[in-house]
Amino acid sequence: MNWSAYPDANGHFGPYGGIFVSETLMEPLSELTAAYGKYLRDPDFLAELDADLAHYVGRPSPLYHAERWSRNLGGAQIYLKREDLNHTGAHKVNNTIGQALLAKRMGKTRIIAETGAGQHGVATATVAARLGLECVVYMGADDIKRQSPNVYRMRLLGARVVAVHSGSRTLKDALNEAMRDWVTNVDNTFYIIGTVAGPHPYPAMVRDFQSIIGREARAQAQAMTGRLPDALVACVGGGSNAIGLFHPFLDDAAVAMYGVEAAGDGIETGRHSAPLCAGRPGVLHGNRTYLMEDGDGQITETHSISAGLDYPGVGPEHAWLKDAGRVNYVSVTDTEALEAFHALTRTEGIIPALESSHALAYAMKLAPTLDRERSIVVNLSGRGDKDINTIATIEGIHI
Amino acid sequence: MSRIGKRFEALRTQGRKALIPYITAGDPEPSVTVPLMHALVEAGADILELGVPFSDPMADGPAIQAACERALRHHVSLHGVLDMVRAFRERDGETPVVLMGYLNPIEAMGYAAFAESAAAAGVDGVLTVDLPPEEAGDLVQRLRNHALDPIFLVAPTTTDARMDRICSAASGFIYYVSLKGVTGSRTLDVGSVSAMLERLRNHTDLPIGVGFGIRDAESAAAVARVSDAVVVGSVLVNKLGDLAAEADRINTEVPALLRPLRQAMDQCAE
Repeated sequence: MNWSAYPDANGHFGPYGGIFVSETLMEPLSELTAAYGKYLRDPDFLAELDADLAHYVGRPSPLYHAERWSRNLGGAQIYLKREDLNHTGAHKVNNTIGQALLAKRMGKTRIIAETGAGQHGVATATVAARLGLECVVYMGADDIKRQSPNVYRMRLLGARVVAVHSGSRTLKDALNEAMRDWVTNVDNTFYIIGTVAGPHPYPAMVRDFQSIIGREARAQAQAMTGRLPDALVACVGGGSNAIGLFHPFLDDAAVAMYGVEAAGDGIETGRHSAPLCAGRPGVLHGNRTYLMEDGDGQITETHSISAGLDYPGVGPEHAWLKDAGRVNYVSVTDTEALEAFHALTRTEGIIPALESSHALAYAMKLAPTLDRERSIVVNLSGRGDKDINTIATIEGIHI
Repeated sequence: MSRIGKRFEALRTQGRKALIPYITAGDPEPSVTVPLMHALVEAGADILELGVPFSDPMADGPAIQAACERALRHHVSLHGVLDMVRAFRERDGETPVVLMGYLNPIEAMGYAAFAESAAAAGVDGVLTVDLPPEEAGDLVQRLRNHALDPIFLVAPTTTDARMDRICSAASGFIYYVSLKGVTGSRTLDVGSVSAMLERLRNHTDLPIGVGFGIRDAESAAAVARVSDAVVVGSVLVNKLGDLAAEADRINTEVPALLRPLRQAMDQCAE
């Protein structure tokens, strides 16, 4: 299988992906596809992107051998890809830098975005501030409550944060509202989608911007251990940090991959955010993919301790990688993610985001099953400062 | 010829334009819908557009979004909507009914099962907002097998090349979205609508309906002058929302909003 040949010209990953939007957006999407195709091969664009990633974001991010944690777990060596050390504290900025440079080249003066945990919103507000572009971020009213530090950060950066009160008042509703804004202001507005979902070309474009994670990790692992890792682990909400890590390794058949979804209270309770583990294919937000829906095709409410994973869909490339059997999709509960959060914080002095804690929790299960000579790369996609209020509340502490 | 085709043919002979009200099925509660459909016909509707509630109506504004939420509180499903059409057909075998909604409920039912049940229930056309012709081949085929009209949108951003593609997939009528935005947006600009329809008529002989942004008799009459049909939705849906707690007033007050539009459109036709 030639993994990098996908998506096809119409944005399909096998039966998944595609373009499912109202007619008004069809032409703007094909303009975006054309512009992206052009600048992806433009040396000036790529040079500017590389320079920004190096000097503004702080790339390459380190690959860190978590020796003490690995020893405690008594199995494979765990290496952390430190996306938490990027400017703005998560992998999201890799993509917003790229899309904002594209917006500027396309002559757009206004940037909009949706956000769940607020990491993508902050990363978008950051690049908009730097490029002097107007910025509006849509965020579910419930997420605004649980991620207030990020809301304030976006406002400091000059973005207007719009609370979305419709539907489940979380990420999916923010995405609906951003789409409504885009269809209304399509002439001057660039919609920076934060994950590998949405209509074509977003899943491919966001993947390409995030693939720097995997390209670096591949070279770093080889330099540090003399070979490729045995396994990769990343959390999957929409799936942008996971595809960024996985994609450059897809042709390396010996590298096992684990995408970790949020099981919330447990898959069996129905209160979770794990469409790949427990959903079925359908169409939402511009693409065909696995969804959490009821028997009538209505999208159901999701649950996760982590706002960034609280989404009923997933990027179409993940849907396809699942069906093809190339990536194993697994899930961990809120409780398991919290245990991993504390374990990493106390053992390695690194406070991880609750999203990334899902990947860490699965690594805690996987590492002891492999011998010490083996290595696992875990994508530490974001830092946990934004989550300390959530954690403190759960533990009954007032800060 | 389909019921939709026949209806446009009859109107053309009379020199009149079609008035197409939109309501969301099951809004604000399921028992309201069928009597309201009959009342809208009595108030001058030529074709009925019945919204299939969806949890994530991405192309709709706050009015229809709220309508979907009201209907979904009563768990109105696509099966339930087809039951309403079947009940409507017991008393009205003439007025065409177009379902308007999003793809996922149809995906969940399955294209073949949907086309068969919709035709059996008495549906005439299907407009799936988030399904452009590029992705619609399979569903269009299933609809055609059951003599259902696939209805597609054309927008202000649509290029001539896309117009060809859309018009060759469509039957019944073409739905022109009068402005860049969601349903219930600001008022439309009749001049630019007229210019766009002129371009569109180079690509099709199908009747053209115009929707989004029509809110009163004046805008309805202005649009009727340049199009074949006028679609009015959010104004009615807002009223349904206002009357959600007093459902007994719906059947008089909602059709009452339609009558002035009918009158203005017929006056301008004379």
